[in-house]
Amino acid sequence: MSVDMRTYLGHVELANPVTTAAGCAASGSELAQFFDLGRIGALTTRSITMAPRAGRPTPRMAETPSGLLNAVGLQGPGVDAFLERELPWLAQRGVKTVVSIGGGTVAEYTALARRLTDAPGVTAVEVNLSCPNIEDRGRVFARDGAASAEVIASVRSVMRYEVPVVAKLSPDVLDIVSVARACVDGGADALSMINNPLGMSIDTEAMRPTLAAVTGGLSGPAIRPLAVRCVWQVHAALPSVPIIGMGGVLTGRDAFEFILAGACVVAVGTALFHDPYACLRVLRELEELLAARGFHRLADAVGLAHRPPGASTRHRIDLEESSL
Amino acid sequence: MTGTVLTTRRVDAYHALTVVAPGIAERFRPGHFVGVAVGGPNTSMLTRRAFSVHDVKPDYGGTVEFVLSPRGPGTAWLAERRARDTLDLVGPLGRPFPLPRDPVTCVLVGAEYGSATLFTVADALQRRGCRVDFVLGAASADRVFGALRARRMGETTTLTTEDGSLGLRGRVTDVLPAVIADVRADAVYACGPMPVLRGVTAVAVELGIPVQVAVEERMACGIGVCMTCVLPVIGEDGVTRMVRSCVEGPVFRGERVRFDDVGTIPFDALGAPGGGTRHVG
Ligand SMILES: Cc1cc2nc3c(=O)[nH]c(=O)nc-3n(C[C@H](O)[C@H](O)[C@H](O)COP(=O)(O)OP(=O)(O)OC[C@H]3O[C@@H](n4cnc5c(N)ncnc54)[C@H](O)[C@@H]3O)c2cc1C
Ligand SMILES: Cc1cc2nc3c(=O)[nH]c(=O)nc-3n(C[C@H](O)[C@H](O)[C@H](O)COP(=O)(O)O)c2cc1C
Ligand code: FES
Repeated sequence: MSVDMRTYLGHVELANPVTTAAGCAASGSELAQFFDLGRIGALTTRSITMAPRAGRPTPRMAETPSGLLNAVGLQGPGVDAFLERELPWLAQRGVKTVVSIGGGTVAEYTALARRLTDAPGVTAVEVNLSCPNIEDRGRVFARDGAASAEVIASVRSVMRYEVPVVAKLSPDVLDIVSVARACVDGGADALSMINNPLGMSIDTEAMRPTLAAVTGGLSGPAIRPLAVRCVWQVHAALPSVPIIGMGGVLTGRDAFEFILAGACVVAVGTALFHDPYACLRVLRELEELLAARGFHRLADAVGLAHRPPGASTRHRIDLEESSL
Repeated sequence: MTGTVLTTRRVDAYHALTVVAPGIAERFRPGHFVGVAVGGPNTSMLTRRAFSVHDVKPDYGGTVEFVLSPRGPGTAWLAERRARDTLDLVGPLGRPFPLPRDPVTCVLVGAEYGSATLFTVADALQRRGCRVDFVLGAASADRVFGALRARRMGETTTLTTEDGSLGLRGRVTDVLPAVIADVRADAVYACGPMPVLRGVTAVAVELGIPVQVAVEERMACGIGVCMTCVLPVIGEDGVTRMVRSCVEGPVFRGERVRFDDVGTIPFDALGAPGGGTRHVG
């Protein structure tokens, strides 16, 4: 039995719910040596910035229990090189592309979005809100609902209407639901979570911080419970907003957990470092899992864990019938 | 991807693992490395460990051998593998050593387990009619890898140890200028810890001969997607870029690597903070 794996990001249809996480698939060509990128729902680019950026000094990574600390610092060639080489490369291959953008001011995000409006092959724009706002004493946009909403509203106003704008949220906040709500009020068509929470490790041989940048973003299964909680809370508060869930997805079971919590798309990040084929494996395992539990459509599983305690899986079938 | 361990052996301070991996053996070129998953299927160790390929043989459809120096939990786990265990490998990864077109004289410099990479290079060079001379060194005798094989393959072999327990007391860079002069070397190939590569490059540049180095940077993915393994390298156009050592390397022309600036973002690198770009985090 095959499961209908189609899913929607706003009104954009994706063939299946698996995408790569921003910054974990470079610009696609490296992974294309391992599998056909057209087989995943979408590819998410690393965060594109206006100017080329050299990033942070090395060491940029440290392994932690079931996790990884990274301090890459948005290294990339800038939007011109992206539009000239990387995006056309993906577009030619028909890869659905979610373009992640990063900036230090509202004006920079807006300028980036404007550069993308006429570029062919942009399926959606994901706004990486975890950048420091250089006009606000380096305070990270994502930590402040109003600042996030301002960025989203401005990006939304210049983006073509058929291109969904996705707000990527950070878990390093007191109340993720209020930031999510502010972004949706600002015009976000979907939400993406979670970006890396901040972590740190100390090399006990050298007796110094392991990363040159001292602190870094934590990723991998170590953050999965934190990510599932965020997706759960935001889906409970805003059940009609599509969510891209991510944080430590290694297997189809992990992806299923995010879907049950309310995500309709699942991104695979750090797992790609361990297994370049992870996206296809997660997709296959997820489909098998859904089939084994009697689902005909992925859509019927989205947010299913929110049903009241005591409600049986009958509930799912009721839902399915009512949606016919 | 999944390979079966054929043999494991201790070589002084090191462990050598031979793994049946036809897909990797088939495409291997000297200088390539492999990414090895450690800790088993339910491990908490997420990143693959990088190891240079020491040897490739046609047995069982193709085997690869790598040499490891136990230092942390990942290499400790690998050191416990036994024949018939399975290993998960990705490879061959990276850019191999470029080989000269003409039969020239090459000095191959290896420090610590870095020597392991040199023998397939030596083999390829000799098949092109090149003369090969070795300079191998380490802290102590048990850490000099491949001395016997070098003596068999090389025209000359010079060994150094820091404690004087084998060969000359000192480092490979101490004896290198004399070896280059004696054998009238045309090129140098080097592999080892970064400070050694920096020293070897300085010697080669001083004597005006080309040098190819295989660098070792912390890698999370080994396949070019994570951007953690960068180092400052001067391009053909004279512009310094932070390039990925896993896919643009690990082999570079020594004089192109800004060894003094490894671990920093040089102010004149493309996209460096202040270099016309605002620093946004
Ligand atoms: C291209 C390349 C080729 C290499 N070839 C060899 C070889 O032939 N033989 C050998 O013994 N070692 C080799 N190394 C070094 C080897 O990868 C590290 O010693 C090993 O990753 C350490 O893992 P660990 O779990 O034992 O140590 P830990 O220190 O616990 O490792 C923790 C993390 O740090 C990373 N790391 C730590 N040290 C290094 C290092 N020196 N280089 C890269 N990553 C590091 C590991 O990948 C891991 O993610 C090579 C490294 C590179 C980049
Ligand atoms: C090396 C690395 C680079 C990343 N770069 C970006 C980035 O450029 N933009 C962004 O929004 N998120 C970035 N992230 C965060 C991931 O997209 C993702 O939100 C996070 O890692 C959680 O998923 P994972 O556990 O599957 O990796 C990066 C993560 C890693 C590990
Ligand atoms: S190790 Fe990931 S880009 Fe080089």
